[in-house]
Amino acid sequence: MSEPAAGPLKTTPLHALHVELGAKMVPFAGYDMPVQYPAGVLAEHLHTRAAAGLFDVSHMGQAWLEGPDHNAVAAALEALVPGDIRDLAPGAIRYTLLLNGKGGILDDLMVTRTKKDGVLFLVVNAACKDADFAHIEKHLPAGIALRRIEDRALIALQGPKAVDVFARFAPEAAEQAFMTGVEMNVAGFACIVSRSGYTGEDGYEVSVADKDAVALARKLLGEAEVGPIGLGARDSLRLEAGLCLYGHDIDETTTPVEGALTWTISKRRREEGNFPGAKIILDQIANGAPRKRVGLLPEGKAPAREGTEITDASGKKIGIVTSGGYGPSVGGPIAMGYVEAGFAKVDTGVELMVRGKGRPAKVAAMPFVTKRFHKPGK
Amino acid sequence: MSDIRYTDQHEWVRVDGDIATIGITDYAQEQLGDVVFVELPEVGKELAAGDEAAVVESVKAASEVYSPVSGEVVDVNGDIETTPAGVNEDAMGDGWFVKLRLADPAELDKLMDEAAYNEFVESLQ
Repeated sequence: MSEPAAGPLKTTPLHALHVELGAKMVPFAGYDMPVQYPAGVLAEHLHTRAAAGLFDVSHMGQAWLEGPDHNAVAAALEALVPGDIRDLAPGAIRYTLLLNGKGGILDDLMVTRTKKDGVLFLVVNAACKDADFAHIEKHLPAGIALRRIEDRALIALQGPKAVDVFARFAPEAAEQAFMTGVEMNVAGFACIVSRSGYTGEDGYEVSVADKDAVALARKLLGEAEVGPIGLGARDSLRLEAGLCLYGHDIDETTTPVEGALTWTISKRRREEGNFPGAKIILDQIANGAPRKRVGLLPEGKAPAREGTEITDASGKKIGIVTSGGYGPSVGGPIAMGYVEAGFAKVDTGVELMVRGKGRPAKVAAMPFVTKRFHKPGK
Repeated sequence: MSDIRYTDQHEWVRVDGDIATIGITDYAQEQLGDVVFVELPEVGKELAAGDEAAVVESVKAASEVYSPVSGEVVDVNGDIETTPAGVNEDAMGDGWFVKLRLADPAELDKLMDEAAYNEFVESLQ
């Protein structure tokens, strides 16, 4: 699903702004996207952790899921995901997974219960959006409809200074709790503001009308703390935060239990057991999965990239790296990957086969950096 | 500067007596972006022209550095192992990778001179 679509590349409403800012543009999920700006991946990464970074994530898929009331629309979505949608409070966001019948992950997504009864706001991965929306539509009962949002951009502002910057344009966002999404005006533009992100930092993800996107981005970039951040740093930031990249760290062949995402399945959903692949997933929760996604910390300095074989001390293959590289804030190589169940405990010694040589590494707890999400009252 | 030769893989080689110093070009470091790791060969290793001499990794990806000429490794640049960013800062100078004892000076004739390399780089842009 991560392969770029054939044919001409699509552009986001911020495309001309990226070019103006000197971005290096690359194809990603069928879009012409900024991989880095003149500052470079390393500086952009560190800037986001130190101040605030602005990301164009307009390529991601946005949609409304609408029904007569919350319980009806929640039940329709719960038939496709293992997350608790029914008990979401108005304005709350849930990270959950679209599953196939074998418990494999079709995509990961964010679901917001809007304050309008019977309306959920969905954000899915760019490379999966067409397949996701077709899958959801195919399985909806009568009276529930998916409405794709084709005229809204998505801009993320992430980092410890994101709140200070954002509050200048939307004072009510300052006290917004993490993992909530509400409609509010930002610099006079009507937005859906989610306090969430993909960097391990505090911050916001803002859905804004295409026609207002450039003006809003320019306002945010005009603040001293804010720099533009490309997909390169987005990837190293999320890797340090231990967050999955769909199509790499999770896919149709991995279950939530294998992907270390069991926490996304609430007690009620486990008891009800009425999500796709529930039999397999509940069995794995009870009896363990054959493999598990873990963090990996190489002991030397050589990064281990995606596809690197993981072996035990005797050289027997026990797994594979699914994301790996250099963590700028860690100051060394980091990775995540799948290992056989017996090797998944933190501090287990393994070897990473980089350029034909086994290099020692340890299974490590994730995130690799301390998360700094906003909690109300702090 | 006329004693510097270049490959189409963006390595450079500068010869002083029978010692050839090898590095990657400024164009290469710019394309790679921030260098975060280099892996250098053992001193004493024999390299043939075109052999993998070293590995350079940026935040984005790993790339091989191929030896433009044949010879025995007589020195490696430990400074860029400790501080890989040195490759970005001075790719053509202090950011060198490997010194070889040149086995066959005639191999240099197969490589590009500075004018030819500059033209080659321009053709890529």
